[in-house]
Amino acid sequence: MRISVEEVFETVSMTVDHHFDIRTVTLGINLKDCMDRNIDKLISRIKAKITDKAKVLNKYADATEEKYGIPITNRRIAVTPASILLEPLGQKRATAVRLARALDKAARDSKIDFLGGFGAMVQKGMTRTDEILIDSIPRALSSTKRVCAFINLASTQAGINMNAVEKVGRIIKDLAGRTANGIGCARLAVFANVPEDNPFMAGAHHGIGEPDFSLNIGISGPGVVRDVVLHNPNCDLTQLSEVIKRTVFKITRAGELIGREIAELMKIDFGIVDISLASTTQKHDSVAEIIEAMGVEKMGLPGTTAAVALLMDAVKKGGAMASGNVGGLSGTFIPVSEDSGMIRAVKAGTLNLQKLEALTSVCSVGLDMFAVPGDTPADVLSGIIADELSIGVINNKTTGVRVIPVPGKKAGDVVSFGGLLGTAPVMKVPKKGCAKLIARKGRIPSPITSLRN
Amino acid sequence: MARKKQQQICIVTVTGADRVGIIARLANAMAEANINILDVNQNIMEKYFVMTMAVDITKSTSDIKQIRKKLDKISKEMGLTITIQDENIFKVMHRV
Repeated sequence: MRISVEEVFETVSMTVDHHFDIRTVTLGINLKDCMDRNIDKLISRIKAKITDKAKVLNKYADATEEKYGIPITNRRIAVTPASILLEPLGQKRATAVRLARALDKAARDSKIDFLGGFGAMVQKGMTRTDEILIDSIPRALSSTKRVCAFINLASTQAGINMNAVEKVGRIIKDLAGRTANGIGCARLAVFANVPEDNPFMAGAHHGIGEPDFSLNIGISGPGVVRDVVLHNPNCDLTQLSEVIKRTVFKITRAGELIGREIAELMKIDFGIVDISLASTTQKHDSVAEIIEAMGVEKMGLPGTTAAVALLMDAVKKGGAMASGNVGGLSGTFIPVSEDSGMIRAVKAGTLNLQKLEALTSVCSVGLDMFAVPGDTPADVLSGIIADELSIGVINNKTTGVRVIPVPGKKAGDVVSFGGLLGTAPVMKVPKKGCAKLIARKGRIPSPITSLRN
Repeated sequence: MARKKQQQICIVTVTGADRVGIIARLANAMAEANINILDVNQNIMEKYFVMTMAVDITKSTSDIKQIRKKLDKISKEMGLTITIQDENIFKVMHRV
């Protein structure tokens, strides 16, 4: 059956009018085979491997973009967690920083805007090298532009590593102080249950269970979903869920087609499609505006959590029908600074940190890109992180935190980070929290639900 | 390369204010680039011109990037919105 005129225009209007794009094509690269006891040898092998593959990635991503007329906004690279690469190299912070700079240069030389994987898995405990890597993050990120760091601090199987949570609170403060407006913190995400194939930054890395290469796709379509919700103002919520499901089916299929084609051209494995709705600062390309189109007066007001739960469930059902390879985070992102509707809601006072945290318990993947006053104590940051990660651990899902303490700013100020990172109103947080709880350290044991065998 | 040169069909869409010579102009551009037109669907909706055209670009002397450039030129000159996309994107999105 030929495609009808209506179907053709539905697809065309998604890209032309509603900002449908492939948000990221992320190439995962295994670097374990580059390891050496000599840092120079490691760096030269890494450089060769990354630049070689990135060139091909850019070439085929460009060609596929032309063929299908759907923009591919970002081309990115995720690598084996750097803590593993550093294990044989002696325990010096300077070595870790040198590795970060080498990764940064490889990304720059390959015209890749972000490279993820400068991180560690420490949910149960830290090796000496893991500690060195985490300690190196303030220097590593403040002296690079494209490297992104992740730390997995907790998992449902292991519980929450509070020694590392305590340390990370201080690391985030240190990093914020070294970069203008604390922007370096936008490249550091901490997680519970981090997925190994997440294509989105800052948390992307190429997990140890992955093949040599894998190509992962992040689609994006808040503008498209908002449009169908707006066009169905009178249907009941069951029908609304169906409408969203059908739309997400379509955009996921487009993502899978493009991902498979690029992977085939590169002769590597296709990985996953991440169906997360990722907003941008562009007008109407906003998750908050979907919630408002559903009938909540302003993002954050009562009804928001139920609306987000319905939205994300429909997204997952549509996405799972469209592709057998849904993976990564596949939740909804509600980054404060990157979503114009979220920014408005925070400014209007309807959305606060407590409500954001509640939203992450139903479906979203965490507290993302929110700014707090620069004088927020490290133990308060650690407390916010521990709270958020415990939601992930207990509910057996991924949660993450990307917080930016902005030096010299106080609650109510507005900070502009530029580009895709957007603008953030500085949110109000208590000046004291849980210093004694955090100082206890240790590990919050894994929940009883982890005993499933 | 695993992928041999197979038939490549693209869908061209045109929208804008109706005027004389839109189809003629497009057909001309297609012929110049050795592109075969397979199917045309055209309608006037509330004085707007709406058209989809299925074209076979397998034997074309231009690749899709160059064709899009030519279409962009026409769209500027005639005040239209013109898109071109590989047919497969519509198939995967609208057929289970």
